[in-house]
Amino acid sequence: MTIATLQAPAPRTPLQEFWYYFKGNKGAVSGLVFIIVICLMALFADVVAPHSPSDQARDALLLPPAWMEGGNWAYVLGTDDVGRDILSRIIHGARLSLSVGLVAVTASLFMGILLGLVAGYCKGVVDTIIMRIVDIMLAMPSLLLAIAIVAVLGPSIVNAALAISIVSLPHYVRLTRAATMAEMSRDYVTSSRVIGASPLRLMFICILPNCVAPLIVQATLGFSSAILDMAALGFLGLGAQPPTPEWGSMLADALQFVQRAWWVVTFPGLMILLTVLAFNLMGDGLRDALDPKLKQ
Amino acid sequence: MLRFIGRRLLQAMFVLLIISVISFMIQDKLGDPVQQMVGQSVPQQDRLALQQDLGLNDPLLVQYGRFLGRALQGDLGTSYYYKEATLDIILSRLPATLELSFSALVLVILLATPLGVVAAIHPKSLLSRAILIFSTLGLSVPIFIVAVFLMYFFAIEWRLLPSFGRGETTWVMGLWQSGLFNKDGLLHLLLPSFSLAFVLTPMFIRLIRAEMIDALQSEYIRYAWSKGISASRIYFVHALKNTMLPVITVAGIQVGTLVAYTILTESIFQWPGMGLLFMEAVTRVDVPLISAYLMVVGVIFVVTNTVVDLVYSLVNPRVRLPGYGS
Repeated sequence: MTIATLQAPAPRTPLQEFWYYFKGNKGAVSGLVFIIVICLMALFADVVAPHSPSDQARDALLLPPAWMEGGNWAYVLGTDDVGRDILSRIIHGARLSLSVGLVAVTASLFMGILLGLVAGYCKGVVDTIIMRIVDIMLAMPSLLLAIAIVAVLGPSIVNAALAISIVSLPHYVRLTRAATMAEMSRDYVTSSRVIGASPLRLMFICILPNCVAPLIVQATLGFSSAILDMAALGFLGLGAQPPTPEWGSMLADALQFVQRAWWVVTFPGLMILLTVLAFNLMGDGLRDALDPKLKQ
Repeated sequence: MLRFIGRRLLQAMFVLLIISVISFMIQDKLGDPVQQMVGQSVPQQDRLALQQDLGLNDPLLVQYGRFLGRALQGDLGTSYYYKEATLDIILSRLPATLELSFSALVLVILLATPLGVVAAIHPKSLLSRAILIFSTLGLSVPIFIVAVFLMYFFAIEWRLLPSFGRGETTWVMGLWQSGLFNKDGLLHLLLPSFSLAFVLTPMFIRLIRAEMIDALQSEYIRYAWSKGISASRIYFVHALKNTMLPVITVAGIQVGTLVAYTILTESIFQWPGMGLLFMEAVTRVDVPLISAYLMVVGVIFVVTNTVVDLVYSLVNPRVRLPGYGS
């Protein structure tokens, strides 16, 4: 009789485990794929786009999409009222929307982590002051606050991105603070403190890496709300100024032609919807994968 | 209880104070009142004198004190464009916005409650999945796209509903200009309030579904089943009652969000409310009007939030404890 040696399967690394849960969620994976495609499209916009986003084809105004009667395969998704190729404008718009999202999310993530860590670590008066300010910011609806900030600073992309990052700050502060407070009571933090780690080391090297999971999820969802808010500001004429190809302002410019040319409104709108949806789906998937406790 | 009310009111006052500081800073930073008041030909000396008369050379704190004193008396400045008191202009537009937000809120509750309950009763069924997909999609679609498409189909393609304005209005008790009491006004209300309702409906469907699933698993529901009470009564009377408490609280808090989103809806449907007024003020750089709008909306938020908190503390006394929920 031979004894079959049973081998324990090699334990999965955290990354493998994360991927195992993540890939089970079809919505999240399709969101990820879509986001990768959009990112590539934005990176290589100059190569991918068939035309320049500001080229005006005077002989092809309000041309319908190629598959419709009167369409032209040179302009796959048709042209707008001054003969600019809609596909090219959407591709270049992706570059703008994603970079605004990236700047806004990075800025508020950075500030939020800093304030949240300090509030959670120091407690007491500092904590009270920071949290009161955060509460006041949360008392205002974010869109209104963003519009007010842009109204004060003047309409431009940079100011819109700034406004969006200020508006989304409270969420990051609260998340980081809550996670920091929870970690502070753990033994490993106490032991490093006993060894004599400096407050900075405690904050950024001991505690922060253990608070990252909820922040990643919030940042992904923050991306989608940044893109939505940016489109809303653009739509109101407070974001990107013409002729910059921005999805929200493209939609607003085309509104008067909606009766004659549905495509000038539909495609930018569809693009906003799909991108935001992709980020939302991926955020949900990330949350489930990073924190199995939250799974229903 | 008294301590809780006191603390809550103190907090509300503090937020209002901050809002007034922001409004003051906007007035101070943007635009030069002297430039607005006199023409190009007025010599520099007279300008400086006027500056002195208006108190623009006083320390900022003194200026802010004066601003606050006037604000407390209901004087929020004079609009550059309309040449009228900003508060009067805003208050004349307030009924339109409040009616729009209120009917949107009613629509949200009417739409989200049945959908959320159905999605909770049979979580695995095809219908529930469709409802969930709809709510995920709804969270991702910008409200202005919904509004544009509603307008395109209902007003332009099928010509069923009016696409802009408020239609006929009637005066209620000589104070309130209302569009709720005649057919034309109600028809005009339909499209804007539906698109505004779209902001919150997906979120409420998810909220009601989650609360309902929780309620259905509790002991008292099992007891109700064992007593042989009919299914519809269990779902819509016993379970729903306990589901609605958090929903109504969230609804109260979200009134502020609705008021903010009226800026978008009103600009699209040319609804003559505060939001449209605010956007016009932004494009005209009508600083006193912008700052007054922020003050008025800030007061609306603070009042609704405080009232919701106080009412909630009556229903659920646990929140009165200082450390609860943090």
